[in-house]
Amino acid sequence: MRDKRMTADEAVGEIEDGMTVGIGGWGSRRKPMTLVKALLRSGVTGLTVVTYGGPDAGLLCAAGKVRKLVYGFVSLDSIPYDPWFKRARETGAIEVLELDEGMLQTGLRAAGHRLPFLPIRAGLGSDVLTYAPELKTVRSPYDDGEELVAMPALELDVALVHLNRADRHGNAQYLGPDPYFDDLFCLAADKRYVSCEQVVETFDGPPQTLLLNRMMVDGVVEAPGGAGFTSCVPDYGRDEALQREYADAATDLEQWPDFYERFLG
Amino acid sequence: MSDITRAEVCVAACADLFLGAGETLASPMGLIPSLGAKLARLTTEPGLLLSDGEAFLLTPESAVEGWLPYRKVFDVVAHGRRHVVMGANQVDRFGNQNISAIGDHARPTRQLLGFRGAPGNTINHRTSYWVPRHSPRVLVEAVDVVSGVGYDRAVGPFHDVHRVVTNLAVLDFATPDRSMRIVSAHPGVSVDEVRRQTSFPLAADGVTETRLPTGEELDLIRTRLDPHGTRDGEVPR
Repeated sequence: MRDKRMTADEAVGEIEDGMTVGIGGWGSRRKPMTLVKALLRSGVTGLTVVTYGGPDAGLLCAAGKVRKLVYGFVSLDSIPYDPWFKRARETGAIEVLELDEGMLQTGLRAAGHRLPFLPIRAGLGSDVLTYAPELKTVRSPYDDGEELVAMPALELDVALVHLNRADRHGNAQYLGPDPYFDDLFCLAADKRYVSCEQVVETFDGPPQTLLLNRMMVDGVVEAPGGAGFTSCVPDYGRDEALQREYADAATDLEQWPDFYERFLG
Repeated sequence: MSDITRAEVCVAACADLFLGAGETLASPMGLIPSLGAKLARLTTEPGLLLSDGEAFLLTPESAVEGWLPYRKVFDVVAHGRRHVVMGANQVDRFGNQNISAIGDHARPTRQLLGFRGAPGNTINHRTSYWVPRHSPRVLVEAVDVVSGVGYDRAVGPFHDVHRVVTNLAVLDFATPDRSMRIVSAHPGVSVDEVRRQTSFPLAADGVTETRLPTGEELDLIRTRLDPHGTRDGEVPR
């Protein structure tokens, strides 16, 4: 079987200008930060980023990598708003497709199922549709005749996710309480890269925790601490002090170059 | 019981949101609604399901009784057995809510969270709002961005905006045109004050005084649910 181990730079080397990149995790939880850092160091620009946004979205906005952001929210969890995302929005630096959270999941699911769209109620009556006129509705062909949002497939060129354990072939395991949507991101993407705390020969724990199988993964990056400063329980919780430093430096831009250099290592 | 605080009145008002909910997922956002949901579970609504805000359903003793990661929360949203109490940067007279952005959405003067789950919540199941600082800046004539859907834009079979609880009053939409009205003003708050702190005209027929927590409820709030009084940080005495 194929040995898919590679470095973060090799994984990110597959990303080209203008691609659509999905980033797993949720808010400030189990984000593939080592892969995001590699992306920040790369010369790639003009990305469309699809994410349940946290500091991944903020950092990529800070580095000018984002042309368009597709999200349901952007939050640092313990800090409500990400300052870089706020600035990017308030200065009009990025295009956005702002969705209901459930619509984002449905769009990923449609892409994973190779469907053009899936119906969902979320979005009807709200301003989601006002600000995204490309989103259309569809009417039930059955007697109810209900009108629903036709959530288009969110097809990804690349998915970046971080899990607790993986083997060299791309089987991967989450050990925390929530898988988030990392499997859906991988199923929606052409190229799929998983970083992990540890590459293992065999897995401990219930088989239900094996979220990704090797059909869903093209590259495995061993990256201990690779979600920090976001949480990666049970391996570690969020580094609240470092996240606070990030948010402070993102708010007071005099601090930013120093923080950014230290953060990228 | 003259020492009952405004925060405690608000907790009881939030508990009352869940009257008759039965085996429904209560999803309170914010401290006071969370205390209210727990209080309801310990008193009138023992069937209520409560999440830890992460991935577990917990009993009042904090034992795990179920698994509810985000993806399954979206299943509950679509299934409908859920009553969410969301916050709101703005709420208008028909119950439209904004947590997305202030100003023009294309280039906001102030970016907030984003739509989050508000569109899906309001179109699928019962939704209430908690406003810790009732003011004309929050209770606005029209919201800048419609995240949560109000009665003038409601579509589909399941839209149900129940109540708005604030630090001053309990409000609902039981008027002929489904605009907001005052149900009750909290003890020590006048109808005039509620109206002064609201940007649009409020119906106010038959306004009562918000009930005080019972002795049992006060005991639960003070000794079991919030012994360190963190509630006073959200609603000052």
